[in-house]
Amino acid sequence: MKLFTQLFVTIDQTTKTNDKVAAIVDYLRHSDDRSSLYAIALLIGNRPKRPVKTADLKLWAADMSEIPYWLFEESYHIVGDLAEAIALMLPPHAPTRDYQLPEVITQLATLPDLADERKKDLITSYWRDLDKDQRFVFTKLITGNFRVGVSRQLVIKALAVYLGIDEAAVAHRLMGKWSPAKETMASLFAEPGQGTRDFQPYPFYLAYQLDSTPESLGDIGDWYIEKKLDGIRGQVVVRNGQLFVWSRGEDLLTDKFPEFGSLDDLLPDGTVVDGEIIPWQDGRPLPFQVMQTRIGRKTLSPKVLREAPLVMVCFDLLEWEGKDIRNMHMLYRRNLLETLLSSPSLQGVLLLSDLMPFNNWGEVAVFRQHARDFHCEGVMVKRKDSIYGSGRRRGNWWKWKTDPLTVDGVLIYAQSGHGRRANLYTDYTFAIWDGDTLVPFAKAYSGLTDKEITELDGWIKRHTLERFGPVRSVEPYHVFEIAFEGIQASSRHKSGVALRFPRILRWRRDKKAGEANTKTDLLQLIAASQ
Amino acid sequence: MLKFTKQGIYCPQADVYIDPWEPVERAIITHGHSDHARWGMQYYLCHRHTAPILRLRLGPDITIQTLDYEEVIAINGLRISLHPAGHIIGSAQVRLEYRGEVWVVSGDYKWTDDGVSTPYEPVPCHHFVTESTFGLPIYRFPDPAAVFSDINTWWSQNATTGMNTVLLGYALGKSQTILHHLDTSVGPIFLHGAVANVNAALATIGYDFPGAYLAADMDRHTLKGAAIVAPPSAFGSPWLKKLAPYRIALCSGWMQLRGTRRRKGVDRGFVLSDHSDWQQLNRAVIATGAEHVYVTHGYEGQFAQWLRERYGLRASEVHLQGAAIEEDEP
Repeated sequence: MKLFTQLFVTIDQTTKTNDKVAAIVDYLRHSDDRSSLYAIALLIGNRPKRPVKTADLKLWAADMSEIPYWLFEESYHIVGDLAEAIALMLPPHAPTRDYQLPEVITQLATLPDLADERKKDLITSYWRDLDKDQRFVFTKLITGNFRVGVSRQLVIKALAVYLGIDEAAVAHRLMGKWSPAKETMASLFAEPGQGTRDFQPYPFYLAYQLDSTPESLGDIGDWYIEKKLDGIRGQVVVRNGQLFVWSRGEDLLTDKFPEFGSLDDLLPDGTVVDGEIIPWQDGRPLPFQVMQTRIGRKTLSPKVLREAPLVMVCFDLLEWEGKDIRNMHMLYRRNLLETLLSSPSLQGVLLLSDLMPFNNWGEVAVFRQHARDFHCEGVMVKRKDSIYGSGRRRGNWWKWKTDPLTVDGVLIYAQSGHGRRANLYTDYTFAIWDGDTLVPFAKAYSGLTDKEITELDGWIKRHTLERFGPVRSVEPYHVFEIAFEGIQASSRHKSGVALRFPRILRWRRDKKAGEANTKTDLLQLIAASQ
Repeated sequence: MLKFTKQGIYCPQADVYIDPWEPVERAIITHGHSDHARWGMQYYLCHRHTAPILRLRLGPDITIQTLDYEEVIAINGLRISLHPAGHIIGSAQVRLEYRGEVWVVSGDYKWTDDGVSTPYEPVPCHHFVTESTFGLPIYRFPDPAAVFSDINTWWSQNATTGMNTVLLGYALGKSQTILHHLDTSVGPIFLHGAVANVNAALATIGYDFPGAYLAADMDRHTLKGAAIVAPPSAFGSPWLKKLAPYRIALCSGWMQLRGTRRRKGVDRGFVLSDHSDWQQLNRAVIATGAEHVYVTHGYEGQFAQWLRERYGLRASEVHLQGAAIEEDEP
């Protein structure tokens, strides 16, 4: 726990990637293998399930800090991170014993079965034994969301240095859900093929947003161009008669997609297909909101399955006849994929992503501009001779999304953010005009520069009308251009609309509040999009 | 005896304001930070050591009357004296006494010895106006001695790897405290112009701090392993680029929170404050023995409610309009 806390503090104290990698390598060299495995799992986000309720943690911490609950809450809100707030408020204390990371996590895993009193005893005794930094890391283990300023890529880099093997190999071995309790460093990082991890997907290859003209890509004949669909990126894995469906977030979603249930019989063993999982009806995609009605549901009723039927639109083949073919050219992989998907029994479940027959980049540009009319959000541009890489890389795969829709809204509420933005008003609510009144229509958290955020924060503090807990209402004065990807009528929102991915495009200092858009404008946008 | 008005804290009996933010005739200034010492007053009253700072910042022509700590002047039957606040050099609490009733306005204060300013002393009173910049239990500052030791260790680590060390802190107050505690055996010390100006003003009343002004025409390639002390506003400026290669740290009480530290994008954040932390605020309020407490500048609502519930004091929150902007806070 001490060593891991030290690693955490070192990582937290620097903004330099190289220093962070060096700190992780240093940790791996000094730690024992078992602790290292647990640390790796934590750093890449395989955290334990939350063993106690947040509300209980708060009560116990306030109790031990001898402050009233309301003051704990107020303080927590300023910090924005529960574990940090607790570590800051508990009475100071020098550490009295060192705990081993694997033991702590193992013990935390047993907590859910204990009685509440017993839970409290256990947690508070840890708090008593640890110093401030260790309390923070320990409480982080409980509250989850263990984001510590290292990306997965960084951990992979450090492991590659430490183990002396290729980054891509490390990335592959870390895919999917593995348990540090059931692995050793040797088993986890053994050569692919030696292990028995049938379930394991490949690291997803991600496209960069095209940031120059498509002409700069050269001859259009060298590229495959496909529609960019708005669904869930996934991999279908069939090995040894078993089916696994993975999302890009590395969630195993096999049970969520009964549509794919027969694929273990229909696809040959040793097949991995990459594609977009999306609701589909009458030969075209349904809006993403339809998908959202399914995600998160524990049980899928026949009604839900009927109203939001899913398919996977497939665009790549990563494994064929048990062989990893990611290093073959896309042309080759695509041909195999077409042959595979031509089987009539797969129709209606696995669809082939169509290649768009454009003659020149000008035609692509026109299509992209009207992408919404074709039920997609732009185009994907992939080099025919590209291999399937890992992570987000420039050069071979590009996404070229259509311009977002925009609306001018007035800032009416602000709330302070969390983490890096705690104590700074960064979460904004925007309104449009409905006659003479302003009705909220979007919340947005991103899109402003740090400088603009600071300036706006100062303005908000000086022009607050009312405070409701952490939220302040402000004078309706500033206008912002809000960009979004989709719009739907909604009976749950005052404005009558729901937006997809709203974010701030820019601060319209040239506009007055009265010049913002109206509810009528938004309803017209909906009419136009249908 | 005191009223909280749009212009600032006002005493009708003496017709004088304390740290007003709009031009008035007579102003008592607790200390030289720009959110307390403003331009446009006909007469300024402040501690002897604050006077050169006011002249530096507000112009040489202003009319200032100075006092020593504990020296009393009487205006219209009201006795006024200044007492050490320990915030920065010359910082003072204002004590006002009229017909046996005593009010104290704390200004900004900290109850820990920074080695530079005259340490805070509690002043018994009936009515206490306190700041609350760090008036939440999450603000429990580390021992300054440990922080200075961390700063020096970091500086020597950077110096070993050929890096310069940039330390950001308010030009007035924090910079002098840092300079006072830097280990001059590690390497040379240089100053941003804003810090050098304050030091020059303080030199006129006998203060002497290490560090040389980093002149614009100086060959900065010769800088190696140096410590450079600069105000926070220098962060991200072209001035800073010339100091490369460097590591940069912000010295502030706000560095207590990880989020703030990361948001600033500095290499290190040292928790070093010229304000009282939660413990000090609590201790100070109790030590005054005041029945009535007015909480300003910070977490007014929270701290006032705490004082009412925990100690049964008559505590209320006061929102002073000019209190929003901290000196040099970007």
